[in-house]
Amino acid sequence: MKTILKNVTLINPNQNLNRKGIDILLTDGIISKIGNLTKEDKNDSHEYDFSGKVITPGFFDMHVHLREPGREDEETVLTGCNAAANGGFTGIACMPNTEPAVDTAEVVEFIKKQAANHLVDVEVIGAATLGRKGEVISPMAELKEAGVKGFSDDGSAVKTAGILKRALEYSNMFDLPIIEHCEDESLAGGAMNEGLNSTMLGLPPIPSIAEDLIVMRDIIVSEYTGGRIHIAHISTKKSVEMVREAKKKGLRITAEVTPHHFTLTDDAVRTYDTNTKMNPPLRTQNDVNEILLGLQDGTIDCIASDHAPHSLEEKEAEFEYAPNGIIGLETQIGLSLTELFHKKILSLEKLIEKMAINPRKILNIPIPKFEVGEKANFTILDLDEIWTVDLSRSKSKSKNSPFDKRLLTGKPVATVNNKLMFYKDKFIKL
Amino acid sequence: MPLSSKHLLGLQGVPKEDIQLILDTATTFREVLERPIKRVPTLQGKTVVNLFYENSTRTRISFELAEKRLSADSINFAVSSSSVSKGESFKDTMRNIEAMKVDMVVVRHSAAGSPLFLTKICDANIINAGDGIHEHPTQALLDMYSIREKLRRLEGLKVCIVGDIAHSRVALSNIYGLKTMGADVSVCGPLTMIPRYIEELGVKVIHNIDEAIQENDVLNVLRIQLERKAREYFPSIREYAKYFGITEERLEKNGKDILILHPGPINRGVELSSAVADGLNQIILQQVTNGVAIRMAVLYLLGTLN
Repeated sequence: MKTILKNVTLINPNQNLNRKGIDILLTDGIISKIGNLTKEDKNDSHEYDFSGKVITPGFFDMHVHLREPGREDEETVLTGCNAAANGGFTGIACMPNTEPAVDTAEVVEFIKKQAANHLVDVEVIGAATLGRKGEVISPMAELKEAGVKGFSDDGSAVKTAGILKRALEYSNMFDLPIIEHCEDESLAGGAMNEGLNSTMLGLPPIPSIAEDLIVMRDIIVSEYTGGRIHIAHISTKKSVEMVREAKKKGLRITAEVTPHHFTLTDDAVRTYDTNTKMNPPLRTQNDVNEILLGLQDGTIDCIASDHAPHSLEEKEAEFEYAPNGIIGLETQIGLSLTELFHKKILSLEKLIEKMAINPRKILNIPIPKFEVGEKANFTILDLDEIWTVDLSRSKSKSKNSPFDKRLLTGKPVATVNNKLMFYKDKFIKL
Repeated sequence: MPLSSKHLLGLQGVPKEDIQLILDTATTFREVLERPIKRVPTLQGKTVVNLFYENSTRTRISFELAEKRLSADSINFAVSSSSVSKGESFKDTMRNIEAMKVDMVVVRHSAAGSPLFLTKICDANIINAGDGIHEHPTQALLDMYSIREKLRRLEGLKVCIVGDIAHSRVALSNIYGLKTMGADVSVCGPLTMIPRYIEELGVKVIHNIDEAIQENDVLNVLRIQLERKAREYFPSIREYAKYFGITEERLEKNGKDILILHPGPINRGVELSSAVADGLNQIILQQVTNGVAIRMAVLYLLGTLN
C-alpha cells in the first residue's frame, strides 16, 4: 500500500536534516521516496496533507509504568501503548515494578507478547535485583537475552552501595545502564518536598537531600566500577549540579527529567490535590531553574514521563495516604513544547534529541533514519496548535494528572511505526 | 456581621475581623456556661456529626458539649465503631453521612488536608478539629481567648510556643491566629522539632528555654507526644525535661511573671513540673472551660450563616 505525507518539514538532528515542503512516499510502512514525487508515485496512494507540520524521528519515552502484570485495573500493555501512540510516542520503555517484578525471562516475554503488533515498540527494563528487594542481583544475562534494555529497582534505589557495586560490575558486561530512582530510604516516607509549603500544609516532608545523597553515592560507585548509571526523574538543584560535574569528568552518567518537574513547583500542592503527589516530589522554583539550565547545557539528556497510572479510588483519598505518581504519556509533548520550545529554553532540534534520540542512545536502541528503505518511524507535530488537555479523552486506563484543562501550545498530530499510523483517533494500516 | 467563610478549616488566611467576631461571640457563651441552666435554643433542629478518625476524648467532649449547649442534635462517629475498619473510603463514609442530611461536620483526622477534602465532596459546614500536623483552629482560638481574658489584649503581646512544633497542629494555628491579631510570636524547642523555614512565617526560633521565659509575656507549652514517632526526635525524656521543661526554679531564676498555657493532657514532670502545672501562672483549666465557649461560638456563627 502506498501512502503520501504531503508538504511536511522533515527534521532529524541525528542526520543534520531540516527540510521544508517535502512530500514523502511510504510503501507498506517503508520510506520509498523523499521529495520529487512523480505522477506515478501518486497513483493509487493515500494522501495526507500535513502542510506546516513537522516530522521527527518517532519520540521515545524511556520511563513508563504499564502496570501489567499485576495491576491491570490501572493500565495494561495495550492501553498504555494506545496512550503512547495518542501522545506522540512510537516507543516506550516500561519499568519492572510490576507484580511479579520483571526479574525473569518469562515476564519479559509476556510483556513483549502483549505488545506484539502494536504501533508502539515496547522495550522492557529488568529489575536490578531479585524481586526488587535489593538483596541479590537479578539474572541479568538471562534478562538481557530476553531483550531487556536496562536494569532498575525503580520505586526505590538499589538498596545498598554494596549491591549497587555488584550490579554495576555485572551489568557492565552487557553495557546496559542501571536506571536509578534516587532516594535515601532513611530520609524517605514523606508526602511532599520539605520546605515552607510542607511546613504550612502540615504534610510530612521529604528533604531534597534524600535524592542528592543517592545521586552522589551512585556517581561515586559508577566512577569506581566504570558501570553506567542513568538517573531517573532528576528533581533537585544539587543533583543537577552533581551530574554536571560528573559529566565534566567524563563519567558514565546520564539523566532524565519529567515534564512535571520542570513545569510545576511544590506550590501546586497547596490544594492538597493528590494529583500533585509524586515521588520525587514537586520541588521549588530554585530547583526548576537549575533543571532548565541542565536541559540547556546538556546535563540532562532526556525527558521522560514517569507515566504512573493509579486508580481513581486510590488517588481519591487523603493526601498522605494516596499513592505517588501521575500519568504523563499524553501531556508530555505538549508540556515540553509549551514550557521548553515556546519559552525558548530549547530549540526544536535539542528537544527532539531529548525526546527521540538520546533515550534510544542510552538504551542502545537504533535511532530512526529518514532514508529510502528505512522503516517509517515518525512523530508528526503541530508546533503551534493551541489546545486544552481533556483527561476524559485519554487512552490511558487511569486519569490521574494535575494537567487536566491546562492550555498548551503544540501537540502531536500523528505517529507512524510498524506499518501503522495513529491519526485522528484511529489506527490506520499503511 | 457574619463570618466570611462557611467552614473553619484553619486560621491561615482568616481575617482579623472573623477572629475578633468569634472571640467576642465566645464571651457571650462563656456567660451562658455560668448560668444554672446552661442551654440555649440557638441551633435547635440542626444536626452536627462529630467525625473522629483519631482518638481524642477531650476535643470530642468539648465539641459535643458545645453542641448540646446550643440544642443541636449531635452524633458521634468514631473510627473504631465505624465501617472504616471494614475498608470503606473516607469519601464513601462522608457521602453516606451526608445522605442522612446533616448540617455540620466536625472532623478530626490523622491526615492533613482532610477537612478541605470534605468541603469538596459535601455541602455541610466543615469544622476542623485537628488534621494531621496541620491545623487545629478551635484550640488556637481558645488559647487566644484565654490569653485575652487574662491579659486584656493580644496585640503587641509576646507569645512563645514551646515544644514539638514540627509535629503539632496546635502550633501552626496559634502562629497564624496570633500573628493576625498582632502578637509577636516565637517558637522554642529542640531544633529537631522545629520545622524548616518556619521563620518565613514571621516567627522567631529560639532553643534556649530561659531566653524564652525572659523575653515573653506568654508561654504556650505543647504536650510532648511520648507515645508517638515524635519520641525519636529527642534523646530521652530526662534530657527533654532538663533542658526544655518549665519548672518553678526556672521561672524564679528568670524572675518573671509569665502566663502559661497548655492544651493538655499534661505530661507532668516532662514539659511542665507539677508545681507549675498547678501553680499561679497557669490557666490550663480555664482553657478547658473557654474551649466549650469558643466551640459554641464557632458552631453558632457557622450554623446560622444561611
